Amino acid sequence: MLSIKNLHASIDGREILRGIDLEVPTGQVHAIMGPNGSGKSTLSYVLAGREGYDITDGSILFDGEEIVETPAEERAAKGIFLAFQYPLEIPGVATMTFLKAAMNAQRKARGETELTTPDFMRRVKTSAEKLNVTQEMLRRPLNVGFSGGEKKRNEILQMALLEPKLAILDETDSGLDIDALRVVSDGVNALRSPDRSMLVITHYQRLLDHIVPDVVHVMAAGRIVRSGGPELALELEANGYADYVGAAA
Amino acid sequence: MPAVQETVDQVRRIDVDQYKYGFVTEIESEKAPKGLSEEVIRFISAKKNEPDWMLEWRLDAYRRWLTMTEPTWARVHYPKIDFEELYYYAAPKSTPGPKSLDEVDPELLATYEKLGIPLREREILAGVEGAGDRRVAVDAVFDSVSVVTTFKEELKKAGVIFCSISEAIREYPDLVRKYLGSVVPTTDNFYATLNSAVFSDGSFVYVPEGVRCPMELSTYFRINERNTGQFERTLIIADKGAYVSYLEGCTAPQRDENQLHAAVVELVALDDAEIKYSTVQNWYPGDKDGKGGIYNFVTKRGDCRGPRSKISWTQVETGSAITWKYPSCILRGDDSQGEFYSIAVSNGYQQVDSGTKMIHLGKNTKSRIISKGIAAGRSDNTYRGLVSAHRKASGARNFTNCDSLLIGDQCGAHTVPYIESKNASAVFEHEATTSKIADDQLFYCLQRGLSSEEAVALIVNGFVKDVIQQLPMEFAVEAQKLISISLEGSVG
Repeated sequence: MLSIKNLHASIDGREILRGIDLEVPTGQVHAIMGPNGSGKSTLSYVLAGREGYDITDGSILFDGEEIVETPAEERAAKGIFLAFQYPLEIPGVATMTFLKAAMNAQRKARGETELTTPDFMRRVKTSAEKLNVTQEMLRRPLNVGFSGGEKKRNEILQMALLEPKLAILDETDSGLDIDALRVVSDGVNALRSPDRSMLVITHYQRLLDHIVPDVVHVMAAGRIVRSGGPELALELEANGYADYVGAAA
Repeated sequence: MPAVQETVDQVRRIDVDQYKYGFVTEIESEKAPKGLSEEVIRFISAKKNEPDWMLEWRLDAYRRWLTMTEPTWARVHYPKIDFEELYYYAAPKSTPGPKSLDEVDPELLATYEKLGIPLREREILAGVEGAGDRRVAVDAVFDSVSVVTTFKEELKKAGVIFCSISEAIREYPDLVRKYLGSVVPTTDNFYATLNSAVFSDGSFVYVPEGVRCPMELSTYFRINERNTGQFERTLIIADKGAYVSYLEGCTAPQRDENQLHAAVVELVALDDAEIKYSTVQNWYPGDKDGKGGIYNFVTKRGDCRGPRSKISWTQVETGSAITWKYPSCILRGDDSQGEFYSIAVSNGYQQVDSGTKMIHLGKNTKSRIISKGIAAGRSDNTYRGLVSAHRKASGARNFTNCDSLLIGDQCGAHTVPYIESKNASAVFEHEATTSKIADDQLFYCLQRGLSSEEAVALIVNGFVKDVIQQLPMEFAVEAQKLISISLEGSVG
């Protein structure tokens, strides 16, 4: 599904990613853990195609296709979804309107017909109920005045509706209390499927109690420095990142 | 209402221009000599078969104009206008236009295409020579002449007068004499005074006491609209307890050989009356280098003359090279209300200096200002507004909200509010924000699959929503589309 080779990326002349190698096979959930400043969020932005980063070396293959030069909206249509750490607000645009615009834009890009309104409403209703997203929330402007939990639930709702092949979850647990974390994790787990890969980026191990990964990678100073099973997360929880920070520098 | 709506739709679909010979008699190929003089004004007045009092009125304005100088306080820049180089009375045929669509700015044609305007109408809008004269079969369900007639009859039944101002001067001299210049006096300002001297034509509306005008009045219905030229004059009177909603303009960009447009609009609302005036202005903004666009220097003012009267201005301004206008309300009657809702979009090299004046004279008068300025490209967008309370305006209230949205880093947005209160009980609130479409906001939309143009349209439409809601339904959808088109190519 996702194959990253020797990826180097810099912003304003400062190198953040210094040779990432990462393979995420179809249907697997991989976690990336690491200290602050290790380049985790940069990796998520670079995978989603955010402008402003210079990819100085390496390649990103998605479904066997090189996407380093592909614009962000085309990557989205190909099935890459990023759940933002800080979802953005768009005043005056109802959440419902935004969802419909996004779904239809992707369908259009893939050469599919646009959804009819009843079909769209039905899909939203089904997914929203599971995530405790109320009709009232859907009518409010996108993320404006939403609590931290509401924003994250809204991200997962978008993921459910857009049905991506690869979902990247950037610090999805940040700002969530324990109940909200459970709702969001249940939502994510419900979307696990043999056709879908996930990359879960987190600083803390607690999210991985809820979303149990197949593989855990440790990232430090712009490289993957260690990979292992779910037990690696527990080890990090006990010992912290101190070893890696020292080793990488 | 459905029947009325159907009629409205039908008439809008049919281009009314081809009937101009059926209704307008005073247009001939002759034109007045270049420049302005008493002689030219006499010529204009004679051409329009005006009574003596009207001629005197024009001449007074002209003499006054000679003593005035052009104002320079607006934040707009343009080469000096030579008023002796202009024609003040010319039938449209006499100024040469493009011979065919091949000679028209391709950008303009692309916009017509996006708006879905039929080919023949594109020619008319672009001012292609002779386009409006050609007779084309109308394959509508019914003959459009009868639509217009039905429309006129329905208004007549209600007692509403809706005609050209030239016709009103001849047919309803008492009404015109009583109200013309009573809101914007001939001495008001340089451009309004010039307009008073040489105004070509425009609309006249009178809604009698207690009558609710049965339909939205629109310049679409005015057969001779195309020929009103650069100095349009509009007068709307709502008598006691009357209501009228008036739509001006057109979403399709219109080209015009006259670069300077100095219109005057006067609204009078008597006791308990309400006037709603909506404008969509989309004059040619010039080519990509900013050349050839229209200068739109307009004076629009409403007088809430009676107690409990209400005047509401809603405007969507996307066109013109330079827009310089301040639709205002004089809140004279006690408990009267004024409203101003505005969206001003500027792109390319456009310059906008627009806003409103709310003059509180009566007791417990209220006003509300919602202004949304959107600047893109290398444009400059200024909100300039005055809210004042007279000594006697106890309990006056105003709420102002001015938001500016910047797209890109070469445009400018400015807010210049003036607040004057001579009454201690007046409460004025002012809110202003300036924001930029942030890169991360844009990236968020792109990540969800929207193109950058779709993303900007979505964000902008969210930004202007409060004002769009004030527009009559049929205008609102078109206005949204228009705003998106105006901003195309402004990012990425």
